[in-house]
Amino acid sequence: MSTGTASTPPDTFIHSLGRFAIDVVTDVGDLTLFTLNMVSWLVRGLPKRGVLMRCFYEVGVRSLPVVLVTGLFIGMVLAIQSYDQFHMMRMESRLGAIINVSLVKELGPVLAAVMLAGRVGGAMAAELGTMKVTEQIDALRALGANPTQYLVVPRFLACFLLIPMLTAFADAIGVLGGWLLSVTMLDIDSTFYWYHSNKYVTIYDICGGLMKSMFFGAAIAMISCNRGFNCGSGAEGVGRAATDSFVLSFVVILGLDFFLGLVLSAGYRVIYADEAASVMIETLRSMGGFV
Amino acid sequence: MTAVAAREPFSEPYVGDDPGRPILELRNVSRKFGSNYILRDISLKVRAGETLCLIGESGCGKSVTMKLLVGLLAPSNGDVCWDGVSIVGRSDDELVRDRLRFGYLFQGAALFDSMNVFENVAFGLRQNTHMTQNFIHETVLERLKEVGLPPSAAFKMPSELSGGMRKRVGLARALALMPDIILYDEPTTGLDPIMTDVINSLIKKTRDRRPVTSIVVTHEMSTVRKVADRVVMFYPLTRLKPDEPQIVFEGTPEEAFTSSDPRVSQFVYGEAGERMQELALL
Repeated sequence: MSTGTASTPPDTFIHSLGRFAIDVVTDVGDLTLFTLNMVSWLVRGLPKRGVLMRCFYEVGVRSLPVVLVTGLFIGMVLAIQSYDQFHMMRMESRLGAIINVSLVKELGPVLAAVMLAGRVGGAMAAELGTMKVTEQIDALRALGANPTQYLVVPRFLACFLLIPMLTAFADAIGVLGGWLLSVTMLDIDSTFYWYHSNKYVTIYDICGGLMKSMFFGAAIAMISCNRGFNCGSGAEGVGRAATDSFVLSFVVILGLDFFLGLVLSAGYRVIYADEAASVMIETLRSMGGFV
Repeated sequence: MTAVAAREPFSEPYVGDDPGRPILELRNVSRKFGSNYILRDISLKVRAGETLCLIGESGCGKSVTMKLLVGLLAPSNGDVCWDGVSIVGRSDDELVRDRLRFGYLFQGAALFDSMNVFENVAFGLRQNTHMTQNFIHETVLERLKEVGLPPSAAFKMPSELSGGMRKRVGLARALALMPDIILYDEPTTGLDPIMTDVINSLIKKTRDRRPVTSIVVTHEMSTVRKVADRVVMFYPLTRLKPDEPQIVFEGTPEEAFTSSDPRVSQFVYGEAGERMQELALL
């Protein structure tokens, strides 16, 4: 006998997949519109100096210690991990090259960005989420301020401009850490260490790494602010916004790193085609090898 | 569409030739969140100079109505009018300047955590005027005095304030630009009876000082008795049949207290009635 109520069919894998696809498209669309709105405010008018400075201080100055510690340990760990392999091939003197190339091209920008996604991005999402939950964002609008101009633009500028600077600090302290450990603990000659570093690390590598960190900074700011603005209700909503912002920033940083890596490698091959070939030949020759 | 005339901060409240004209209006407004309707086909007029109290159970859409009236939320259906001109479809950027005619005291006061009391009250002044620092300083202290706060409170952070002080700072901030229309969202919730009376008196004093229009969302019948010219009662949609209107009462406070509608009298006198049986069944 019919009960007279319509029962909902159970969810299948296709239902879940469809729902996931819709959620992803909605989130991407929302983030895109959010970013376009922010860009329009960048053009129309920046917030007051005091508001900008507060964000710059929070993102730049207060993140410096954690970035320096991260950079220092990356440099030292790279030295320890690479030494054995280079020692087996009797190429220890070239350790500076591998440490510094890895650091400025890849590990410095990515690990600094991941660290900042946790420290800065999580804090931004939680702060904006709390502001939303406690109606402070509505209060801003009621008092004649635009929340995008007042809250998002300064955070975007702080991340976009200062995360590359923080990355430069992380790179520099990492280079020093790698050198210090190589020279004092691994007995590598300082002159050869710097000679090979100078030979293999190009200005293109350094600028490429810093350019990547600008993209990472922009992504961290936009994702964190968007998560904060779309925060659910209560403490749980704020916590989820902070976690989502970190996880999403982390995934986007890795994805951006891959695509920017492809672009930068293609650029490198175009600019340094001859030089790369001659370095390769010289390296093989010095190994007593095949040329 | 004619634009609503932008109002300069600190101008006198515009009453015009007809003080009783509808200054704000909801026309057949519905609002849903996700697939749940909170408001259904609401029509409401707020007349210039009156103090209107919106009452009703938690979750019946009073705060949503306030946000619709001030343009912080857009209706799912229907029209919201300021001075007879629709604001639906206008972007937030377009509404920002016109919204300065409103002062809004939020439910939890919504003070900016990162700013002290002075900066909170000065925010609207700094954002929308070109006043000198000295004039801002004087204005802020004057507003704080109006709500009964000493100058020494100006440099406290919101976290250092009691619930009553937070509400009063929120009120000072809402009054800073001398708005025409003041919206109070549960101004006395969570306060002790004495502080409730203080806030009620401030609402009255504000209206006596300038001919402002006030809309008060409240559960407190003492507030209704003390400040209201007119009362509108909302009922939760979950308790209504599809064809029943959501506004179940509209009249003076005296009429509310003598209403024969059991839904109104239950709320006004705070009687649970058949709700206790419903809870027992759960």
